[in-house]
Amino acid sequence: MSLAHETLASLRRRLSSKEIHSRDIVKDLLTEIGTREKTVHAFTHIDEKAALAAAEKADSSLPLGGIPIALKDNLNALGDPCTCSSKILEGYKAPYDATAVARLRQAGAIFLGRTNMDEFAMGSSTENSALGITRNPWDSTRIPGGSSGGSAAAVAGRLAIAALGSDTGGSIRQPAALCGCVGLKPTYGRISRYGLVAFASSLDQIGPLTRTVEDSAILLSALAGHDPRDNTTDLRKPETFLSKPTGSVQGLRVGLPKEYFLPGMSPEAEAAVRGAAHWFEKNGATLVEVSLPHTPAAIAVYYILATAEASANLARFDGVRYGRRAVEPKDLLDLYHRSRSEGFGPEVKRRIILGTFVLSQGYADAYYRKAQKVRGLLRQDFESAFTKCDLLLTPTSPEPAFPLGERTQDPLKMYLADVFTISTNLAGNGAISLPCGFTKSNLPIGLQLIGPHFGEEKILQAAHAYEQSHDFWKRMPPV
Amino acid sequence: MSSPAKWEAVIGLEVHVQLHTQTKMFCGCINQYGGAANSQVCPVCLGMPGSLPVPNEEAIRKTILTGLMLGCRIAPVARFDRKNYFYPDMPKNYQISQFEDPLCAGGAVGLDPFLFPKDLQESDEAKAKRSIRLTRIHLEEDVAKSFHYEERSGIDFNRAGTPLMEIVSEADLRTPGEAFAFLGSLRQVLLSGGVSSADMEKGQMRCDVNVSVRPVGQKEFGTKVELKNLNSISGVRRALEYEIGRQIGAVEKGEAIQHETRRWDDDAGATFTMRTKEKAHDYRYFPEPDLLPVRTDQGLRKAAESGLPELPAALQARLMQENGVTAYQASVLAADRVLCGYYEKAAAGTKHKAAVANWILNDFLATQPDPATSPVRPEFFGELAGLVVEGVINSAQAKKVFAELMANPASPKAIVEKLGLAQISDVGALAAFCDEAIAANPRSVEDYRSGKSNAINALKGFVMKKSQGKANPTQVDEILKAKLSA
Repeated sequence: MSLAHETLASLRRRLSSKEIHSRDIVKDLLTEIGTREKTVHAFTHIDEKAALAAAEKADSSLPLGGIPIALKDNLNALGDPCTCSSKILEGYKAPYDATAVARLRQAGAIFLGRTNMDEFAMGSSTENSALGITRNPWDSTRIPGGSSGGSAAAVAGRLAIAALGSDTGGSIRQPAALCGCVGLKPTYGRISRYGLVAFASSLDQIGPLTRTVEDSAILLSALAGHDPRDNTTDLRKPETFLSKPTGSVQGLRVGLPKEYFLPGMSPEAEAAVRGAAHWFEKNGATLVEVSLPHTPAAIAVYYILATAEASANLARFDGVRYGRRAVEPKDLLDLYHRSRSEGFGPEVKRRIILGTFVLSQGYADAYYRKAQKVRGLLRQDFESAFTKCDLLLTPTSPEPAFPLGERTQDPLKMYLADVFTISTNLAGNGAISLPCGFTKSNLPIGLQLIGPHFGEEKILQAAHAYEQSHDFWKRMPPV
Repeated sequence: MSSPAKWEAVIGLEVHVQLHTQTKMFCGCINQYGGAANSQVCPVCLGMPGSLPVPNEEAIRKTILTGLMLGCRIAPVARFDRKNYFYPDMPKNYQISQFEDPLCAGGAVGLDPFLFPKDLQESDEAKAKRSIRLTRIHLEEDVAKSFHYEERSGIDFNRAGTPLMEIVSEADLRTPGEAFAFLGSLRQVLLSGGVSSADMEKGQMRCDVNVSVRPVGQKEFGTKVELKNLNSISGVRRALEYEIGRQIGAVEKGEAIQHETRRWDDDAGATFTMRTKEKAHDYRYFPEPDLLPVRTDQGLRKAAESGLPELPAALQARLMQENGVTAYQASVLAADRVLCGYYEKAAAGTKHKAAVANWILNDFLATQPDPATSPVRPEFFGELAGLVVEGVINSAQAKKVFAELMANPASPKAIVEKLGLAQISDVGALAAFCDEAIAANPRSVEDYRSGKSNAINALKGFVMKKSQGKANPTQVDEILKAKLSA
């Protein structure tokens, strides 16, 4: 069997026992990429030579020694492109390593492939990429989700063992759900954001996309911990997650927030998620109905706060110092206007304009400041829910992968794809998405487990127990 | 409508001060003036994608220290905000600044009469010793520096990210002289705390001025004009004198003052319109999400307090009371902590502290303006002052000792001996000289005794000549008088 089909945990064991070499994994992945990447298009850039050279030098005694990891194209890795799937970063080469990248490097990982995404992580289908669409490995007429669609498609499609993504409103979990892999958005502050090209600074969080919960825990252990370069990282000591899997959910109080089971959602998705809840109950957990009453406001709050922050974060792309610069500008204003007009795609422009508007004098009170207040209420919703339960169980996405092109002309409908994931970014909580079933047409369905702040160990234990008593994760996509 | 007899100006200042710190405000780059262009930069201060700011504790502490020195309220929790505007010298196209919760609020700068322009030091405005209220002090990052060539422009990012304090005054100032004294007095406080070198010529202290005029007695402010490109404290005075004159001239002619920003041209001695402010810029401030709020009440404030220096006003009062120096001397000393340290060392070992101040501030500074590099040990001035006061040498001899001290630094006592300058104060020796003088000048003796008191001078001259100028003149006078009236 091709090594491309194995989990990170299994490859790690085989590498450290010298049964296989890192170059074997890279070669097998390149073979898979050679046959299927032209259909899936999970990557924006692959440097085969560099990956093979790194594999030759890999030190298999290190925790991730010789394991190839794919990086979302918004993470700086020294000397590599970092386009954010935008024309405005054409030709840009990262001048430094993101802390997450440096930590993986230090743990011995090597990098194979930069994955496609919605431009600047703004989108839920990866269709907002200036570098082409990515297709879902389960059905190539459908979207892979987004914005980390390339990472999810690569991991699900056996084109990568594991990948990093970023999650601002669901960008790791939603594509993981739609592609049938495991996506973890850690608690805000768990992983350093240094070197992640910012979309919305108070919401962004890096996380792993993997085939299994165990693989997710392995990567989280390597990535987590305080970084002196990121003022918002948490100061607690580094942990090793899931070092002793219990395989049990006995006594766990699982909360089902009533606002997360909507009348309009896909009946198949709802049935699969309720089935998962039933499994927890059958295995000794208690189901508790809880309420997160401010949930209906979450999308509005998100699109005010995220775009406000983005309008400032993306101001630096002006053609002055790096990236795309308008040819022969008349003057400074023309340089700004044309570099940005030519460089950004329509969704990015829409969000910059929206964010600029909600911060403008005369509107900031009604939009930005009000949204901040509601954000506080959402946070309280979660705090009070976690006095009644240990974890929340919800669908990740209201429906399975939708057809390519279906929503590109209807941004509001597109925004609804993140309705179950956005609140956790606003509240800062960690959450995981893992497969919990398939539709009749063989599309994966995702289950979301949300934990209290810094409750990753709880999340991973429960997710692992559920995953290991099912075989959803073993299924292979057809593409 | 009759034009009012008198106009008054209303002036407010916004002073930017570069903090003296090891590293920049939000990154580890060295904070130093004058490196090769773009040599002191990193992804953070260049605003590269993905980079994040980390606040510089030393800069926060020095801002708090400034606030404490100026009597501000220190916010227990301060926050940073983003100020959005596009300009090529700003790497991120937003500046990390403070808007709603600055580190310091309130406070005041007391105007030191001796820091008014020289020609105004005796004026009523200097003697008024006014205190100018501050609105706030906040901390932000400096921008890069643009250079414009014929065809292109260049940007040096070394300055980008330098910690910058913005000190905003209330519109309490009324005259160009007060603005001059405000900047000088503020600078003196900043220097005393070691927070900045605050040199306007080097751009370490930069000042924007808001000025309007109104009839004396009117409460409402006139339309204000902002002045830019003020590169020295005296430039601020000149610009204000011109601009106030221009505004009064305009309103007396019945013209309206435009709300605008004007540029001061020091060579032309005039201000010129830069841009009119039809629409106020919307900076779209919002809390900086990359930085946590700064708690100052958990150690930062304490650390700043431990760095509190003796403030200029307190230092001046102490020097006047304890050392007997003049108000002017106290002001000069308080303005230069290196000089003051030198003086205090010089005065430490002697009772004659006021005399030491005269030596150092008059004679010494004229020859060696930089006490930090002077080879002359400060204690020598205490010794020199002592020799004069105790009558070992007279003032003419003292000048000779001083000249030698500057040329070949050594203990003044040793110099006196080397040059054979010691005054003869021995009564026996002086009496012998006096007897000789009386014997040799019978005519003068007679004249003196017959009432011509001036005749004694010829006898004194004789003694001084005989003693090669070393005789103690006061004693000689006493001895001669005693002998002649015997």
